[in-house]
Amino acid sequence: MRRVVVTGLGLVTPLASGVESTWERLVAGQSGARRIDKFNTDDLATKIACMVPKGDGTNATFNADAYVELKEQRKVDEFIVFGLAAAQQAVTDSGWEPRTEEERERTGVMIGSGVGGLEGIAEASLVLAEKGPRRISPFFIPGRLINLVSGHASIRFGYKGPNSAVVTACATGAHAIGDAARMIALDDADVMLAGGAEASICRIGVAGFNACRALATKYNDTPEKASRPYDRDRDGFVMGEGAGMVMLEELEHAKARGAKIYAEVKGYGLSGDAYHITAPAEDGNGGYRAMQMALKRSGLSVADIDYINAHGTSTMADGIELKAVERLLGDAAPGKPMSSTKSATGHLLGAAGAVEAIFCILAMRDGIIPPTLNLDNPDVETSLNLVPHTAIKREVRVAMSNSFGFGGTNACLILTRPE
Amino acid sequence: MSDTAERVKKIVVEHLNVDAEKVTDTASFIEDLGADSLDTVELVMAFEEEFGIEIPDDAAESIVTVGDAVKYIDKANA
Repeated sequence: MRRVVVTGLGLVTPLASGVESTWERLVAGQSGARRIDKFNTDDLATKIACMVPKGDGTNATFNADAYVELKEQRKVDEFIVFGLAAAQQAVTDSGWEPRTEEERERTGVMIGSGVGGLEGIAEASLVLAEKGPRRISPFFIPGRLINLVSGHASIRFGYKGPNSAVVTACATGAHAIGDAARMIALDDADVMLAGGAEASICRIGVAGFNACRALATKYNDTPEKASRPYDRDRDGFVMGEGAGMVMLEELEHAKARGAKIYAEVKGYGLSGDAYHITAPAEDGNGGYRAMQMALKRSGLSVADIDYINAHGTSTMADGIELKAVERLLGDAAPGKPMSSTKSATGHLLGAAGAVEAIFCILAMRDGIIPPTLNLDNPDVETSLNLVPHTAIKREVRVAMSNSFGFGGTNACLILTRPE
Repeated sequence: MSDTAERVKKIVVEHLNVDAEKVTDTASFIEDLGADSLDTVELVMAFEEEFGIEIPDDAAESIVTVGDAVKYIDKANA
């Protein structure tokens, strides 16, 4: 099989717009959570979320106009804007510009989303009810479809290779990277732009997740305390939004053009729980099998893993994943660092897997492991190091990232530092 | 310029994000102002909303230029 490496990164997160600013704030232990002010939350149990800081681009705020023309922004849901912004960052960072028709045909896109254009669907349904079908915009459908991030990216950058989109709820970002890497390994493409985008913090989104009893509701007055994986006082996840994108490239292709190589996608595993629509199987077997498959593909042993970026959503499922990780690691578990960066970013749903894979890559680059915030009183007993409160310095050569989604879908990526 | 023309021009400038001076009577939405087929559907919807009229699909197809739109709206409101 052909080897696949990462040659470009892009991030739009609740911490910042941009890879370096997000990483600096993550490592510094900052939180992206705050009170929701863009819609009325009076009647919602949850009044907080981790939201992308908007602005004119200074102080790492997100300026949509810098990435997508205002005229085009109006035609699409925000997840597409976040996705295109992170895609632009990753493309620029990679320096890859296909110049020939063959190069364009060998460059593809695989960007997914968990829920897609929820807000636009809610708004359009009101227009339909109040004003009738003739007032529905021709941009309603193409502005909401999940694969339209891939579609817009392909049009913008001229990528004519495989064009697809993953939809696996909160595992989307990880599956997108894994699936895209396989396309390169199988010689369907030489370069793939891959990742996830999400923007579902809207009234109907919060109402829906509240109805599932999935979100934190006790921390409306102290938003930065709400996402607290493994902690005794956690009571649900905190919604996040944004996008994470990577440029994946066949190793020799990247070397030949002298590209900067961040990491190698060494292992990818996936599985299904066959258990419940929202809850993970209590034995954690689905997650375990995904990790095991990724490890087998990587050819590495559990002792080689230096860092695990947990799915760790700040729900009761944290303990299930933890047990599965311990089962995988066996004797190699004691002291092994595993953190949940969702404690800082919130849960970016379909973008989470891609954003967290990028955090793993940056941990390898800088030798720094980002912390699990708010872990004041663990309610789990483990020999793993859950990296409470503060980042730690540690050489990381091999990192593993877990992502699990509604529907009982599981994905695991193993990334390694370039030799 | 008539009141209708002013209002049509304003809508076109907003929706297509083009310079106002390009929005002349003879400017074609698709050929001169960069609209695609979906943009023209949305423009017609915006004219309907602004002027409180209904533009049937076959009539909408005959509206190619800014002047066509102004003429149609004035006739519909006459």
